[in-house]
Amino acid sequence: MGSLGRRLGRGPAKYSAAALVWRGLRGGQWPRIWRDAELKRSYDAVIVGGGVHGLATAYYLARNHGIKDVAVLDKAYLGSGASGRNTAIVRANYLTPEGVAFYDRSLQLYNTMATDLNINVMFSERGHLTLAHNDSSLRTMHWRAEVNKLQGVDSSVIGPDEIKKVAPSLDTSSHPRYPILGALYHPPGGIVRHDAVVWGYARAADCMGVEMHQKTEVLDILCEGGDGTDGKGPGGRVVGVRTSRGDISTPVVVNCTAGWASLISAMAGVRLPITTHPLQAAVTEPVKVFLPTVVVSGSLHVYISQTDRGELVFGAAVDPVATYSIRGSLEFTEELAGHVLELMPGVSRMRLLRQWSGLCDMTPDYSPVMGFTGVDGFLVDVGWGTYGFKAAPVSGEQMAEAVATGRTPELIAPFALSRFDTGELVGEKGAAAVGH
Amino acid sequence: MLLVPCPYCGPRNSVDLRYGGESQPRPDPATATPEQWRGYLYRRDNPADWLRENWYCRSGCRRWFTVERNTATNEFRHPPMPGDKRGGKA
Repeated sequence: MGSLGRRLGRGPAKYSAAALVWRGLRGGQWPRIWRDAELKRSYDAVIVGGGVHGLATAYYLARNHGIKDVAVLDKAYLGSGASGRNTAIVRANYLTPEGVAFYDRSLQLYNTMATDLNINVMFSERGHLTLAHNDSSLRTMHWRAEVNKLQGVDSSVIGPDEIKKVAPSLDTSSHPRYPILGALYHPPGGIVRHDAVVWGYARAADCMGVEMHQKTEVLDILCEGGDGTDGKGPGGRVVGVRTSRGDISTPVVVNCTAGWASLISAMAGVRLPITTHPLQAAVTEPVKVFLPTVVVSGSLHVYISQTDRGELVFGAAVDPVATYSIRGSLEFTEELAGHVLELMPGVSRMRLLRQWSGLCDMTPDYSPVMGFTGVDGFLVDVGWGTYGFKAAPVSGEQMAEAVATGRTPELIAPFALSRFDTGELVGEKGAAAVGH
Repeated sequence: MLLVPCPYCGPRNSVDLRYGGESQPRPDPATATPEQWRGYLYRRDNPADWLRENWYCRSGCRRWFTVERNTATNEFRHPPMPGDKRGGKA
């Protein structure tokens, strides 16, 4: 995939040092990296949601399966939802064997993404520390380390002395109210520039003929033969999509939304095990690099990383009340500041630059809902809670395979919607969230 | 922050209460199938609109109550009167 632009004969669209020099000397604008297209009346597949999951699904549909007559619809702009609001952390140190295998594949795809997509996604493999402040979380860290090692994922439990070597700014003394007793150290974890991932997938998918339609809101999903009203619901099949720019006929609709997953699925008569909660995050002014790893504390509900620009990015647990409103709150800032200072007293003079929030679709077991739904042609890639960004590449790859083959790939079989009817939940709460 | 209208204590900051989630009719445990029961346990309407939901006034009267809230705007309406038995334990 190193010669995306050349292969498609679209001129010097390939990104390289030579292209940078050539453009720099010649002046002028860089070409737009995806086209605007007229909305056609019919597609082989329609993907709802132009974030990393939707774009990755479109990309792998075109690249791995040759299905290029695909439209990605977004009601705002590409990457306007959780893809542009997350805290950009990637890791594979999960708790369940199903989760570890899945997220490890995602990490592999992130590792080669820059060459695959010919875009600098600024993947910084800097290590990931999950702190334990009490015996029970230390026990969970040991559990996770053993599950990880069995699956070939590099994780180990380290003590305060080693933590101090990895991240000297952390207070590993016995003074804090919640002293640091140990940590799960996961060297392959890191951070990625989330916007570049969105643009990279969009550009590569566009090169292969996929259409991205921004400001195109899905108003209804047209079904026939189902048990519910208007032919919707289990037993039916998808025939099209009603959008704010007209009707489209298609046999396949993939719901790749986050925040609106329940609402889009309800349009096909599918009721999901999801509640939507906002998650707040914040960023400080930039300072010199002093925090070499990602630091997570479940007990203190906070995760911290320092960007390449030098800002500290903080994330938290989701707000406790289900809502579609993304207003920030003062309680969040107060709690966050208190907890960060408990971990790193040295940053007490730093100032917050801004705070924001995004919507998270929470499932009862903190694992996603992926695959077929009982409505023929309606697939979901939803319920991504607080861990959607790190799973985007593998989700796209697996969802594309599900669409192309009509079968559920093995890697995502544990995350089927039907697990909520049979009671076979995949409990990831111990490793997927900081709010417990 | 939300100002939640507790029918017994009046408006309270949401951090004083526990959120109990959507208020859905509970199937009869004696006759419900496992699928129906799991549907009640896990599946949610999750609308971006008015929603009937349960709250527990943990720092005040320590009672459960049901209100309606618009999940898009966080506006509350029709706080139930004392003695209203809707909702019950979540």
